[in-house]
Amino acid sequence: MKIGIPKEIHAGEKRVATTPTIAEQIIKLGFEVSIESGAGLGANISDDAYKEAGCSIRKNAKTLWKNADIILKVRPPEIHPEFAMDETDLLPKGSHLISFIWPAQNNKLIQNLVARNATILAMDCVPRLSRSQKLDALSSMANISGYRAVIEAAQHFGRFFTGQITAAGKVLPAKVLVIGAGVAGLAAIGTAKSMGAIVRAFDTRPEVKEQIESMDAEFLMLEFEEDGSGEGGYAKTMSKEFIEAEMALFAKQAAEVDIIITTALIPGKPAPKLITESMVKSMKAGSIIVDLAAEQGGNCALTEENKVVVKHDVTLIGYTDLPSRLAAQSSQLYASNLKHLLTELCPEKNGIINVNMDDDVIRGTTVIKEGKITWPPPPLPVSVTPPKKETVTESAVKKPSIIPEPIKQLLPLLVIGGALFTLGTVAPASFMSHFTVFVLACFIGYQVIWNVSASLHTPLMSVTNAISGIIIIGAVVQISTPGILVSLLSGLAILIASINIAGGFLVTRRMLEMFRK
Amino acid sequence: MSQGLVIMSYVVASFLFILSLSGLSNQETARKGNYYGMAGMAIAIFATIFSDQVDSYIILIIALTIGGFIGTKAALKIEMTQMPELVAIMHSLVGMAAVLVGYANFLDHSNGLLGVEKTIHEVEIYIGIFIGAVTFSGSVIAFGKLCGKLDGKPVLLPARHWLNLTLLILTIWLGNVFLSAAESGGGSVALIFMTLIAFAFGVHMVMAIGGADMPVVVSMLNSYSGWAAAATGFMLSNDLLIVTGALVGSSGAILSYIMCRAMNRHFLSVIAGGFGSTSGEVATIEGDISPIDIEQAAQLLDDATNIMIIPGYGMAVAQAQHTVNEISKLLRSKDKTVRFGIHPVAGRMPGHMNVLLAEAKIPYDIVFEMDEINEDFPNIDVSIVIGANDIVNPSALDDPNSPIAGMPVLECWNSATTIVLKRSMAAGYAGVGNPLFVHENTRMLFGDANESLQAILKSLSA
Repeated sequence: MKIGIPKEIHAGEKRVATTPTIAEQIIKLGFEVSIESGAGLGANISDDAYKEAGCSIRKNAKTLWKNADIILKVRPPEIHPEFAMDETDLLPKGSHLISFIWPAQNNKLIQNLVARNATILAMDCVPRLSRSQKLDALSSMANISGYRAVIEAAQHFGRFFTGQITAAGKVLPAKVLVIGAGVAGLAAIGTAKSMGAIVRAFDTRPEVKEQIESMDAEFLMLEFEEDGSGEGGYAKTMSKEFIEAEMALFAKQAAEVDIIITTALIPGKPAPKLITESMVKSMKAGSIIVDLAAEQGGNCALTEENKVVVKHDVTLIGYTDLPSRLAAQSSQLYASNLKHLLTELCPEKNGIINVNMDDDVIRGTTVIKEGKITWPPPPLPVSVTPPKKETVTESAVKKPSIIPEPIKQLLPLLVIGGALFTLGTVAPASFMSHFTVFVLACFIGYQVIWNVSASLHTPLMSVTNAISGIIIIGAVVQISTPGILVSLLSGLAILIASINIAGGFLVTRRMLEMFRK
Repeated sequence: MSQGLVIMSYVVASFLFILSLSGLSNQETARKGNYYGMAGMAIAIFATIFSDQVDSYIILIIALTIGGFIGTKAALKIEMTQMPELVAIMHSLVGMAAVLVGYANFLDHSNGLLGVEKTIHEVEIYIGIFIGAVTFSGSVIAFGKLCGKLDGKPVLLPARHWLNLTLLILTIWLGNVFLSAAESGGGSVALIFMTLIAFAFGVHMVMAIGGADMPVVVSMLNSYSGWAAAATGFMLSNDLLIVTGALVGSSGAILSYIMCRAMNRHFLSVIAGGFGSTSGEVATIEGDISPIDIEQAAQLLDDATNIMIIPGYGMAVAQAQHTVNEISKLLRSKDKTVRFGIHPVAGRMPGHMNVLLAEAKIPYDIVFEMDEINEDFPNIDVSIVIGANDIVNPSALDDPNSPIAGMPVLECWNSATTIVLKRSMAAGYAGVGNPLFVHENTRMLFGDANESLQAILKSLSA
């Protein structure tokens, strides 16, 4: 089948849906790839580079659309500025389109696409399964946004991120607060941390605490029990009490930190307002807020979409095109996501795609199949089940058990101590000296055996078996005491114990001879 | 030889025993460790024989020679697959020796102890004989189960915990009777009764433990034989016996603990027995098995580059370890990665599989423990399961009602293909069905493991 990749027409969009390296791999799957001339310029990729990879270049967007069975794009279709017609109308009837679609927000677009009788796969609808991670374009874009958010903040921030002690005096490190530790949040944490800032992070889902701490950032705990994990590993709306507690925390932090990066999004809902005007006012002059939720209305009340504004001496960055600002990187990752999707669609590697609706990943991604709306897909069980451990331990701590913890730990010791004390009061000195030897020997045995390698368990057992034949000493000591019965019993004991000794050591030797590297 | 010299020899012997055990914890030093043990034992025995206490050399030398001869014979003749039986029967010998020494000591009234010391001495005799007798009868039963003379299935008497408790109380009561009778020089009846009860106790305890728990039982009996020696040491006021007994006892206990941890089961629940008696509906296994023939199996191996071999008790039974070695050598000569995955409780005693693979001269650096390779299964092209069942049973992980639920298993179903060599579709030792056999990636190769492997080897080298 023929794949066409048009130039992105959205103002300021620099990304492109494939790169030469990826195009080569797509061609290997059996597809033909044509590119609109200049499509890669925003991401610093020349037409020649595509040509070398085996793509054909088309000068005209119209012919490109007309001759393609599959269109790969970044942005959803919109009005083409040159032809004054909608890209939807360029889409050949019965063909396929793979791009970001945002079906929930773009009702009109969906209707137009249905009219084209096409099959539409939305990269923003890839279900969150472990298998589909490699085609999760939202995550790859979020990763870039998180990185870029810190870079934008650094650009406007008047100080170092890292603390320094110089000849000219001491520089304090910048304090960064990241709200929402999804992919973007974690990327921001990592970037800010690597630049030397002190990073704190907050999220309503307790299970991300570990992830935050693994990035060496501080997780801000909320003394409140509510799990914010919603369906699909995303966050959900929290209760009123929770939000109040959360706001109090943010108000306190706002006065302390220099940079706030907000990434809080709830799927299908406007972004929650987390930073109020009064919080912005309380921030130090020269502070920065980067609002990654600007497109969904912003987490900060004062953010203006696509703009950098200064209010109350605080710079508010509301860019919504952060991935596009890192066009080469995001094109590469997005192209790679698309390639993985094509691989799923074309398991035979024969250049023909099969939109197999029995496949969970393809089913979820497909929003229109041959002119019929298939969105939203039936719900899927979450693959990454967030364990409820965090809350369980919290409640366990809160409900004190009947026996206090220290006593529980001490109890065995107390029992043993009591027994030893009782023994000590009645036993004579001669017994106690033997007992000392006994306890020390047990301890040595414990220390010596603990690190034994599993492959040696059998030889160890047979050697200890031979050693326990030491009981022969007991028999030997007694054999000379008067009384024929005693001698006889002892003699028998010697006999069987010596079977044990000879047999045990020799069989161990035989076994050990066999072990070799 | 003076008493001082004897004691000094004992100190040296104890020292050598400790070196021996620590040597045995590592492949490089294991052989040396065994020699340390032999040296320690020789020093201890000679020092005792030449001490002033001993003069009946004739009977001593006769007993030593006969015993040594039988032991040597057995050690050289035994098949490696029968190691668990040998170890079990040797434990029973230590137990029996402890009983005999206990009785001999009881009959010997020449020690001249008085008062509390005498009472403590009698308690020591009593306990020594009890532990010895339990070790003896328990080991005999374990031996019977291991060599198939007794049914491996757990024998669960009704109210068995109460029965055990009654036996224990009876033992304590008899101990009281024994002590008061011993004041006046009697007590032998109580002692004999107690011995019988201890025998019954040992039998009952091991009968109730299922075959799959045998590694734990064997190492536990190992520990008991040590405690028996230690108790004898107390009885005879002999520090060498105490030290050695305690070393063996604690090492056996730790081995049992390691085994239990490998099966993710509580030590007490293993000892209390009753494997497979969990209540709750066990998911029944449904699905079609896909059998293959030798040619196909050989083809699968030929196409694979990354192969994992998982041996189980069935390999020991079929004596297939040498054929396995030939196959692994051949496959490796074809530049394939061949590794062995060993479950900690594969076989019937701790480390059973390692010994068999070593016997077949399989280099131990391609033999891996479960924890080392379990993550790797998704990269494996073909896993070969040879006569194993419970240790590769996925229901241990996903069926909470399975009797082996929670036991870590080798996750071979994650590999691209699993070939299971099996005699027939019988359930494993734990009596649990195995969904692995009906898994879509699993191919069943029925027949005697050794014969099948021989045939595969032939087909591969053709």
